[in-house]
Amino acid sequence: MSALKQRRLMQGNAACVHGAIYAGLRFYAGYPITPSTEIAEGCARELPKIGGRFIQMEDEIASIAAVVGASISGLKAMTATSGPGFSLMVENIGYAYMTETPCVVINVQRGGPSTGLPTKVSQSDTMQARWGTHGDYTAIAVAPSSVAETITETIRAFNLAERFRTPVTVLLDEVIGHMREMVSLPEPGEYPVVNRVKPTVPPERFVPFEVTENLVSPMPCYNEGYRYNVTGLTHDTMGFATNRSDEIAPKLDKLKYKIERYTDEITKLRVDMMDDAEIAFISYGTVARTALQAISIAREAGVKVGNVQLYTIWPFPDRQIAELCACCRKVIVGELNMGQIVHEVRRVLPHDKQIHTIQRYDGEILTPHQLLQKLDEVL
Amino acid sequence: MSDSAGAPQPASKPAPKSKYDYSKGPLPLNINLQWCKACNICIAFCPTQVFEPDRDGRPVQARPEACTQCTICWTHCPDFAITSNYK
Amino acid sequence: MAVTTTAEKQKSDVILQYLRPRKKFPSVWCAGCGNGIVMGALIRAIDRLGLAKDNVVMVSGIGCTSRLPVYLDFNSLHTAHGRALAFATGAKFAQPHMKVIVITGDGDALAIGGNHFIHACRRNIDITCVLINNYIYGMTGGQGSPTTPPSAYSTTTPYGNSEKPFDPCSLAIAAGATFVGRHTVHHTPQLEKMLIQAIEHRGFSLVEAISNCHTYYGRLNRAGDAVAMIKSFKENAVMLAKAKEMTPEELRGKHVVGVLHEIEKSEFCDEYQLMVDRLKGGQS
Repeated sequence: MSALKQRRLMQGNAACVHGAIYAGLRFYAGYPITPSTEIAEGCARELPKIGGRFIQMEDEIASIAAVVGASISGLKAMTATSGPGFSLMVENIGYAYMTETPCVVINVQRGGPSTGLPTKVSQSDTMQARWGTHGDYTAIAVAPSSVAETITETIRAFNLAERFRTPVTVLLDEVIGHMREMVSLPEPGEYPVVNRVKPTVPPERFVPFEVTENLVSPMPCYNEGYRYNVTGLTHDTMGFATNRSDEIAPKLDKLKYKIERYTDEITKLRVDMMDDAEIAFISYGTVARTALQAISIAREAGVKVGNVQLYTIWPFPDRQIAELCACCRKVIVGELNMGQIVHEVRRVLPHDKQIHTIQRYDGEILTPHQLLQKLDEVL
Repeated sequence: MSDSAGAPQPASKPAPKSKYDYSKGPLPLNINLQWCKACNICIAFCPTQVFEPDRDGRPVQARPEACTQCTICWTHCPDFAITSNYK
Repeated sequence: MAVTTTAEKQKSDVILQYLRPRKKFPSVWCAGCGNGIVMGALIRAIDRLGLAKDNVVMVSGIGCTSRLPVYLDFNSLHTAHGRALAFATGAKFAQPHMKVIVITGDGDALAIGGNHFIHACRRNIDITCVLINNYIYGMTGGQGSPTTPPSAYSTTTPYGNSEKPFDPCSLAIAAGATFVGRHTVHHTPQLEKMLIQAIEHRGFSLVEAISNCHTYYGRLNRAGDAVAMIKSFKENAVMLAKAKEMTPEELRGKHVVGVLHEIEKSEFCDEYQLMVDRLKGGQS
């Protein structure tokens, strides 16, 4: 690694564009919405320079549709939006789940519901990233907590999308999207870039939604000789709509287990001071930054507290959370919403643990002072 | 898949003379009875009334000699159940 | 790209070469459904143009009409209700050399898909949109659509339609489409020729194919069976040149057919490429 890596003051949204292009983004279709618009603008400037394509569509629904169409055609594709736009997109995100199309959706979260707070932060779309669209499916969502992490998590999102043939949501809090920090831009080859597996059988023997060993079917690009049917109707392994129970259940099982089986590989956590912790903070995104400062102050005061930061929100890391909190008596879940991940924590931890929650939903971030106050109450 | 020009006749009567000259080749059209849904379009739109419906409504080439290969039947069949044996 | 074969060379069973090998036939459509007739005209048009199967993407939304691409041996993309043109824009823009054909219906394209319809026309993106208009929502059981005529019956207008329809061709022309034509399932040779023109045209082309839903529209409005409805299309079709001399009252209930609009304008993907070239030229 060269010692003189390019360092730059960069905005979170701009870093997202950088990470996406590093990961191979070559198609962006989007619609302006505060606080994500800078991502669209960045892609509009950068993609034409590298042979990529940018289009501003007429609404969010068209944006995600164009992204899915482009991905099926063979390009890595992304869109960025915020709460109201994500709500519009969920139907076609569901289409991407059903058709197993890789794509990345950046949700620069703002206050909701409805038009809410366009310029203020929240983490209130966490559950929507899991359950936004109708039906049974398993979702992947990641959450960076700094501008530098926005680059790495966006790259990871693309890699997960390509590996598992699924949409991946990046939950980027508005505060991180808009703030500026010094970052080192990644060098070529520094981070792995994963591409979708292509079929090797001749077209006559190609089964588009074949149940392979790892449950992910190879995916060709258009114009490579493989002509197949893609439909949002529940379909058989050939991609044709089906009504048969013995084809419906296996398809849904495939959507679920292709991801859940690999939860351990998708999970990414940052664990600080948890070895002897009696109380644990669980946090993600912006709150994790606050929690890290809070626990270092608390430790100086002698409190045995640690922090578990979730980078992968979905699939929720059941096993890891249970193990990490095994020796803690109390757990505090900090979120910028009225309690969303806390329900997952409650689901996972045994009943003898005390699970507390500190929530802030007035458009501002949690401060270390607030976390320490909560810690005081809980002790 | 093609229809028949006539059922086997009892040995006592002589076979009726068909107006269609089978020495030229097969019947003008080829009807896929499995794909035909008896929608009646070909029967109704044939300008020279080549077809008669059978008891299920599917076309039978009752007057094959009247066929001019005008293409109306096979270009209007929604199920591609008619093709021409000559075109 | 355009390899026009003579009538002798295209055989009547050419259709069979383009049907999807592993799909069950006959289709799920009702006996006599105009969708099948349009499908035949479309295949013959594609065959005459000599398009490579790998190079064709057929995109559709939801509805009876939208089941068409699944039956054919091309790259088929059966998407969400109303969104075919948006998906098609992504697929076309990602690989602009592909021929993208959108198959949609009156409800799919003009109600829920209205916005995407307008913008695809505006962009003049090189997509051929075949809008099969049967004046009703067929798949869901006969509800009114944005083209259902005034006073017509449907299951959601049981006392007669009190809304006014609009004309997709006028809408497309106003929004910027550069090739707009209309024909009916009765006029198959003309429809086929129009489809050839539409696919060859570089820019957004709309072909509105007037079709029969005798199962719902026909029954609810006593328009008859498939044969009766197709006969009525023949009787009520008026060529554009003749229609220009007719009064609005005379034109009521008639279908104005033919190429309604054809101009040359720069196409979306071409413009983007020009911009990219300018950018590269400026940099180097």
